[in-house]
Amino acid sequence: MDKMSLFQILNNAPDEPAGLKQASTSSSTTPEYWRSLDQLADTPEFQQWVHREFPDDAVAVLDGNSRRSMLKIMAASFGLAGLAACRRPEMRMAPQARGREDYIPGSPYNYTSAFALGGHASGLVVQTYEGRPSKIEGNPDHPSSLGAATALAQASVLGVYDPDRAKVVMEGGKESTWEEFEAALKTLSLGDGSGLRFLSGTVVSPTLESQRAEALKSFPKAKWVEYESIARDNERAGALLAFGQAVDVHPQFDRAKVILSLDFDFLGNDWPTPLATKLFSKNRHVDSEEDLEKISRLYVVESQFSLTGANAEHRLRMRGGDVQQFAADLSAALGTSPAGSDRRAKFLAAVAKDLKAAGKEALVVAGPRQPAVVHALAHQINQTLGAAGETITFTKAATTDRVESGVDALKTLTGEMTSGQVSTLIILGANPAYTAPADLQFGAALAKVANSIHLGAENDETAAAAKWHLPEAHFLEAWGDARSTDGVVAIQQPMIEPIFGGRSAIEVMALVLDSKDKKGYDLVKNFWASQLPAASRDNAWKKALNDGVVAGTKSAEVKPTVDSKRIQAAPAAAASGIEVGFLPSATTWDGRFANNAWMQEAPDPITKLVWDNVVLVSPAMARERNLKDGDMVALTRGNLKLEAAVMTQPGHAANAVSIALGYGRPRSGTVGTDVGFNAGLIRTSDGFWFGQGFSMAPTGAKHILANTQEHGSMEEPQLVASIKPNHRPLVRESTIEDYKKNARIIEQMNEVPELDSIYPQRTWEGLQWGMAIDLGACTGCNACVIACQSENNVPSVGKDQVLRGREMHWIRMDRYYVGPVDDPRAVEQPIPCMQCENAPCENVCPVQATTHSPEGLNDMAYNRCVGTRYCANNCPFKVRHFNFLDWHKNFLERRRIEPELMSMVYNPDVTVRMRGIMEKCTYCVQRIQEARISTKTDGRKEFTGEGVVTACQQTCPADAIAFGNINDPNSKVAKLKKQERNYAMLAELDVRPRTTYLGRLRNPNPDLEAS
Amino acid sequence: MAAIFPKSSDIILKVLGAVIGLGAVSTIGAYVYFSYPTVIDTGYQPEQPVAYSHKLHAGQLGLNCFYCHYTVYRGAYAAIPGTEICMGCHQKVKDKSPRLELVRQSYETGEAIPWKKIHVLPDYVYFNHRAHVTAGVSCVSCHGRIDQMVEVHQEKPLNMAMCLECHRDPAPNVRPAELVTQLDWVPDRDPREIGREIIAQKHLNPPTNCSGCHR
Repeated sequence: MDKMSLFQILNNAPDEPAGLKQASTSSSTTPEYWRSLDQLADTPEFQQWVHREFPDDAVAVLDGNSRRSMLKIMAASFGLAGLAACRRPEMRMAPQARGREDYIPGSPYNYTSAFALGGHASGLVVQTYEGRPSKIEGNPDHPSSLGAATALAQASVLGVYDPDRAKVVMEGGKESTWEEFEAALKTLSLGDGSGLRFLSGTVVSPTLESQRAEALKSFPKAKWVEYESIARDNERAGALLAFGQAVDVHPQFDRAKVILSLDFDFLGNDWPTPLATKLFSKNRHVDSEEDLEKISRLYVVESQFSLTGANAEHRLRMRGGDVQQFAADLSAALGTSPAGSDRRAKFLAAVAKDLKAAGKEALVVAGPRQPAVVHALAHQINQTLGAAGETITFTKAATTDRVESGVDALKTLTGEMTSGQVSTLIILGANPAYTAPADLQFGAALAKVANSIHLGAENDETAAAAKWHLPEAHFLEAWGDARSTDGVVAIQQPMIEPIFGGRSAIEVMALVLDSKDKKGYDLVKNFWASQLPAASRDNAWKKALNDGVVAGTKSAEVKPTVDSKRIQAAPAAAASGIEVGFLPSATTWDGRFANNAWMQEAPDPITKLVWDNVVLVSPAMARERNLKDGDMVALTRGNLKLEAAVMTQPGHAANAVSIALGYGRPRSGTVGTDVGFNAGLIRTSDGFWFGQGFSMAPTGAKHILANTQEHGSMEEPQLVASIKPNHRPLVRESTIEDYKKNARIIEQMNEVPELDSIYPQRTWEGLQWGMAIDLGACTGCNACVIACQSENNVPSVGKDQVLRGREMHWIRMDRYYVGPVDDPRAVEQPIPCMQCENAPCENVCPVQATTHSPEGLNDMAYNRCVGTRYCANNCPFKVRHFNFLDWHKNFLERRRIEPELMSMVYNPDVTVRMRGIMEKCTYCVQRIQEARISTKTDGRKEFTGEGVVTACQQTCPADAIAFGNINDPNSKVAKLKKQERNYAMLAELDVRPRTTYLGRLRNPNPDLEAS
Repeated sequence: MAAIFPKSSDIILKVLGAVIGLGAVSTIGAYVYFSYPTVIDTGYQPEQPVAYSHKLHAGQLGLNCFYCHYTVYRGAYAAIPGTEICMGCHQKVKDKSPRLELVRQSYETGEAIPWKKIHVLPDYVYFNHRAHVTAGVSCVSCHGRIDQMVEVHQEKPLNMAMCLECHRDPAPNVRPAELVTQLDWVPDRDPREIGREIIAQKHLNPPTNCSGCHR
């Protein structure tokens, strides 16, 4: 069947339906790569996603309006259009009366800033138009960003224009003003601070730290508690336990040959800067024969199937509470040669052997959800292997201030609050009423505090319970600074005046301290004036703002040694009942991004779920308890109870479930309120990350889940699949061993016969755009999805529309599982428009709204499109998206949001698409044109395609996307396309995609692969 | 049984049909005609808040277009000058003129002068002044003889046909870059020949595909 064309395959198909059925149920058709459990079972629902662009009911014209009322609306709007056409609308221009010198209206201006999350900080470059921040990119000069930005950092620009943000000062539920608050603050007698407590998230701002030191000096009996739902407390405690001193830990993933992650999702949720992915992916780029030796081997031990687990060569699933025992056993096994026959023992033996062989090129890291002792054990193992100081480095901890942090400190604080010892509580930018563990009853304790002052970005759960609620300025509206884990400080520059008059934490602290400076700029500048060398102070400040990094702030490297006697692994937790693991949400983090529509609609990297969180259960548990996706269950222990929907997660540890935090917010904005389920209801201070001994019972109710894992399915139709299984290798991967034997193995996975197009062929000369995506490097982190959404004004559509397959992302992240349902691997594949040379969409457009440019772009002229959707029907990659409704308006209006404010986030260089037209990835044509114009106008040079960076490529933390002129032999994309790993998806259709993929190369351990 | 309709109703129906048919055709025709950019947009001349005369400033006084619209070589937009630019001269010249009351007021308060926009392109069109002016396309090609207009009106239709005409055959509209703001420039030889030379020298290759202008 080698040279057989698709036609022949179809013609040779057995006519007997019975034969077909037989074939399709035989094991030979089981796909090697699968998107969902439905696909494995080959349900009609899945076949619908394969065959159709949208499910059956997706063609309904209007929601909530009948066809009749639509006709009425149409008639009315025609009438109005006739009247309006009589007069040309008057447009006004308002030039700045007193302008800024050298300011060019309509041109973007970029400023550096900083983004802090969960104790980490990354540097940003923020693009502004006319003083409006519209796009966030990573700062290439910042050591934690290296040019990339995470999805959350990028999506935070939408938060600036969130109309649900806190807008007014509230006192006891009534509107008040900043002046009244300042007056009330003066009347508070704080004395020596014995009744004064401060509560904040993890402080990474040196300016705020100096204010904290000042506050604790002025009020010696006051206390400052740091609590964040997701923080680095365990990591710090682990280092302290192992070394006896506070150090910051820096795994150097690029220097390691063998990496073991103990429940550490460093490529995903557990590391909120792009640095880990940047370092890890360095060794996954294969450009030459030598690079093959560089590919590291990653082992992951974890409960929930994480993004890091998906990128691992070998993964062992176990309950989160059992990881500690595994670490202790591994530590012991390094000295001996362990034996055993079960999977865990084999895995342990193989890992121990591999780590020992790698020696100082090995690296063991523990995740922030694991207790301090696991971190300490990891340090101990690294030291034994000789890796400490090599693949993992340490710096002196940046903060050694008097500060209590973590859940225990919060427990003490709530105890004091309940017993009436706290008269004044100042909460700075935290939402403990939602994020605190359920057993602390923070809300009730807060009610006992006479003067509670809450500074928050939203009028949230804590705001409702506090006496004073102060609107907090967004970080793009306020001056500040942020320090990364290695000590490097970036100044956080504002891009815009606070839209709703909010103030930052340092400005509120200045009020509390009654400082001389009250403005954020003065506070930050004067603090750094005292830190920077006096001689070059002004220049150093300007340079810090320009570079986005304050020079000379990097912490000193230290070489601590582990004191093994201090490390005592606790016995494994009793395995009674179900373990509930709490995960940081990839989309809402700890809930602070709940009102961000971009994040709500960004599919979770693994589950592909949008607008929800779920209780993730293993396939075995789902089978045993007969649970279907969307079934509501009650998780209970004592008086703790959470009712939530379940979803089967292939690869999840048995007898454990996981649920993401940050959902089910009772009091967020119109986007985020009551979306998903509040995992905080069953999170307790003793089971902060892993709650043991829960029982689970179905309630009988159902919840509708919007999951995009089957959307855009490109698998072969049933008929073909039954005859020639796996003849559409969409994602391709191989092992290093196989690749060394046959470099063309990836290309040869699909035999493509000689194909002739019935259309006349063009010659592609001169400048020709193309893209290459390295599947070996891509981790599936979603940063490109949000970058594209921000750059190209891609709308959000809402859960009900996602259910109909109408999500609009121009680049989607397809996730395929490989292997058995209970313990699969996973591969991620980003899918933008392929910009086919023989584009099937172009031939079918009746109005030529989509045509080919001489440079190989598949152009889309929105103003020409009439919305027949033929192009989307004919697109084999399903990358075209139709504006069924006026999403920008519809999405906002249904939530009673003023579109004017939200429209400020748009990129003015890209058309905002209206209802009834088709759209898709353009290869960021606005960036191409901008580069062309600036090259050609600067001395009228020939434009050869240099300097064009697409939004997805720019932000990719793994540098997996290359874009450029494929006819320029020196361009990166041309070099990648010459590699043997390069393949075109669906090449057998002769569409000749310009976007091609580089097959993934894995480095499995032969000892484990055989078993 | 007598006929319900008299015989004459046949004629009435025919006449009625013809009237309705003609009416529909002429309505559609008129709609198409009057909504065509050459008809609806050219000649648009709103009254501006300040009676600024381009004829006086650009024509008689000979101010270079670039003096006020100073971003034209660097940005996509040719900036509408801020009040500061006006006051650069008018602090000294005609500093008491009642016609400049709004300008002085704007300079003091910082409130922008609400100029009315005349040359408007649809939102989905991305025209870049910098690209055109540095290539050697003169202001006059799209805006006409502004230096002869007391009050500016739109002279050209600025529709897609006009753009494409020049993008397909730019030679007649390309001149040496230093002469783009010289609206009354008269070439001493065939302008097409001059254009062709510049096009070859600057590698000009105006796009005619969709994404050249639509993004």
